Amino acid sequence: MARMKFLCDAERCIECNGCVTACKSEHDIPWGVNRRRVVTLNDGVPGEKSISVACMHCSDAPCMAVCPVDCFYKTSEGVVLHDKDLCIGCGYCFYACPFGAPQFPQDGAFGLRGKMDKCTFCAGGPEADNSAAEYKKYGRNRLAEGKLPACAEMCSTKALLGGDADVISDIYRNRVLKRGKGSEIWGWGTAYGKPDAKPVTPPGAKS
Amino acid sequence: MTARKLAAASALGVLVIIFAGCGDTPMVYKQGQYQGKPDSKPWDNAEFKGNQVEWEKAVKTRTQGQDEYTRAVASAK
Repeated sequence: MARMKFLCDAERCIECNGCVTACKSEHDIPWGVNRRRVVTLNDGVPGEKSISVACMHCSDAPCMAVCPVDCFYKTSEGVVLHDKDLCIGCGYCFYACPFGAPQFPQDGAFGLRGKMDKCTFCAGGPEADNSAAEYKKYGRNRLAEGKLPACAEMCSTKALLGGDADVISDIYRNRVLKRGKGSEIWGWGTAYGKPDAKPVTPPGAKS
Repeated sequence: MTARKLAAASALGVLVIIFAGCGDTPMVYKQGQYQGKPDSKPWDNAEFKGNQVEWEKAVKTRTQGQDEYTRAVASAK
């Protein structure tokens, strides 16, 4: 098994936020914490692009490098996880992460920063698999059930792919080769027909 | 006699305090190494019973399920 990765196809993402909702629902994520977000560039402009972002489970993760208590570890499947019992909520990982993945729940009446929370690739944490303690701290462990992350599996357009990096790369490559480019991606050709023949304009008709 | 007993008890107490630290397990912080609890493999549970091959097969099937090109071909057969 190679490394587990996410891959988001910006041509397919329709900014429905289904992945965000799936994640929140699957792990009972508290208010104010977003393990996954949808980012849109040029919002409202034709040709806008959206991408679903969460922890990318970096091969050389900067969060692991900066953590002062070394609470991060990487599983044999390449998933970056952390031990919440060790985390001191310092926020260094948040500053180091280029994707803004680490989240900090508000803890206590005075808005104290709680322990870091982030996407686990639905792989739980260092508690017994599918135990109540694991669910409470890290959410559901779908990987131990032989399933993929809920966000990727719930994606309606299959823009967000999750799984073995080699396999999802092949899926994406095959997709890009088959779908073509330009109007073919947008579906105009499918919806209105391809302009093979020049449209006939009756003489005297207004254009 | 009482003074000797008191001295012996005090000496014993001092010895206990001195050697109390000997029972401690060494806790050395290793820079850059994970300090938390060990995690189990995703196939080491009641569902897969340690069968890594079966787990990889299940995950691979799920991963391929994300490819509608192959899914459409499979469903057409």
